[in-house]
Amino acid sequence: MSNYHFTVERPGIHTTFQDFGYEYLQHFGITTGGVVDNNLFQTANKLLGNEKNETIIEFAYQGPRLRLDKGNVQIVITGDVHFIISKKSENFSENIGETFRTYQLNEGDIIDILATKSSVYGYFGVIGGFKINKYNRCGSTLVGSGIGPNNGKRIQENQLIEFNMESKKNKLKQLSYLSNNKDNIIRAIEGPQINFFSKETINNFFNKTFKISKSADRMGVRLEGNKIVSKNTSNIPSEGIIKGSVQIPGDGNPIVLMVDHPTIGGYPKIATVILNDIAKLSHQSFGKEISFEKVSIETAEKLYNANKKYLDKMFQSIKLL
Amino acid sequence: MIKNVNQISEQAFLLDFGNEITKEINQNVLNTFYYISKNMQKDNFLGLKNCVPSYNKLLIHFDPSKKNKEDLINFINSIEFSQVKTKKNVEELEIPVCYDEEFALDIQNVSKKTKIDEDAIIKSHLSTKFFVYMIGFMPGLPFMGDLESNLNVSRLNTPRLRVPFGSVGIVEKFCVIYPNESPGGWNIIGRTPIKLFFKDKKKPTLFNPGSQIKIRMISKKEFFELQKIYE
Repeated sequence: MSNYHFTVERPGIHTTFQDFGYEYLQHFGITTGGVVDNNLFQTANKLLGNEKNETIIEFAYQGPRLRLDKGNVQIVITGDVHFIISKKSENFSENIGETFRTYQLNEGDIIDILATKSSVYGYFGVIGGFKINKYNRCGSTLVGSGIGPNNGKRIQENQLIEFNMESKKNKLKQLSYLSNNKDNIIRAIEGPQINFFSKETINNFFNKTFKISKSADRMGVRLEGNKIVSKNTSNIPSEGIIKGSVQIPGDGNPIVLMVDHPTIGGYPKIATVILNDIAKLSHQSFGKEISFEKVSIETAEKLYNANKKYLDKMFQSIKLL
Repeated sequence: MIKNVNQISEQAFLLDFGNEITKEINQNVLNTFYYISKNMQKDNFLGLKNCVPSYNKLLIHFDPSKKNKEDLINFINSIEFSQVKTKKNVEELEIPVCYDEEFALDIQNVSKKTKIDEDAIIKSHLSTKFFVYMIGFMPGLPFMGDLESNLNVSRLNTPRLRVPFGSVGIVEKFCVIYPNESPGGWNIIGRTPIKLFFKDKKKPTLFNPGSQIKIRMISKKEFFELQKIYE
């Protein structure tokens, strides 16, 4: 007898299991991974009444189309997402779904996550979480290393997505989510190799605009349109890196490292994007323009703490439907 | 020993142990790393999330929601370097490498650049007692040194899109072994049939930072025999 599950009719472009990511494995060369947008992740689990770190499905641009083949379950989608729910009991008539509210799905129903609108990443969660094989107690898939749930792979066509429990009687909930990612100004602090760059170059970096290149993904957001060149060398002895680091390789096109970054890197880093603006940057799609604004570490810390309060306040506005 | 503690983000410090890349400086990094690791095994010690040693730096990644940055700085400053000792049981490992032309994709070029003939390159590589500075970039990849100075070459101008797993590459005084197929810009001079990364083991990497490595030359026949065992 099989477990409660969805069957994947279409996997989407880049659909993976994620949670807060790996800890204390980076010295083995295993990166942190984890969700790109922490706020959307936490909001989904809050609406579902799940544990804070319950594993979720992250998708980029186009999400999956899933058929609920066994069980009844409540779900939520967070993000700026266009999706359709087709209920078996209503002869599969297509209903446009709302994000940031839970829905009851029953056996046979179909959910089709068609696209993110003016952003890149979105999230799909279920009450009680997905039934997955964790790696080192973590539910994040590192596609580049083949590590984590789903045998280290993206969600594939025709595979099953199992979930832990049925949910039927829970009250449906809704939240009015106000994104704090309205503009395209990315705040950053000075990087560890700021001295590799002339005053003029640094001014240029923090004042002129960049375009998001085609190759922006969970590993890094590559920027173009404004070449940044270091004074002497484009290499440093490789050192440990974190998400948000802005590397400047020899070709002068900055790479902002994201959640699946390599564990060490040998390019000088001109800046570090503040935690608060990581999601804002990664939601910018190909061709969009961004610019950087220099802030102090103290400001970055204040903004980080303010974001936590902002989320908590929003969570208080959750209402029953 | 720590020259500078640099906060590089709301969630990370980068400890600087000096500008050069020497075994001595790296040993100080590793001693500090192992000292902190021992403490990190205590439950959620100071909210540390990662501690990443490299040639001459130690990255400390912490959870900013714990709001204990001061405690963390105090802990770093309180490290008594007289108490932080070199690990006594350093692993010594022997790694089989085949230098056959089928695997040594760049050995001809290295020979041209260094004006050392291929046999002498292999001999020099075999006589090097390697020290693992760090593991990283991808799971299980060791950065080892030091090659003799006449063998030092720069990166490939155009990195390969696919370096076969097990490939042994050199750049400057360093040598790496690719645990998995990957893009890469190192000059490939041989290949090992053995595995370097075991994702389901508690300690998933064959090497540790600080491990000592000797290379043993094997024939192509031996390479394929060993490869079968590891499949």
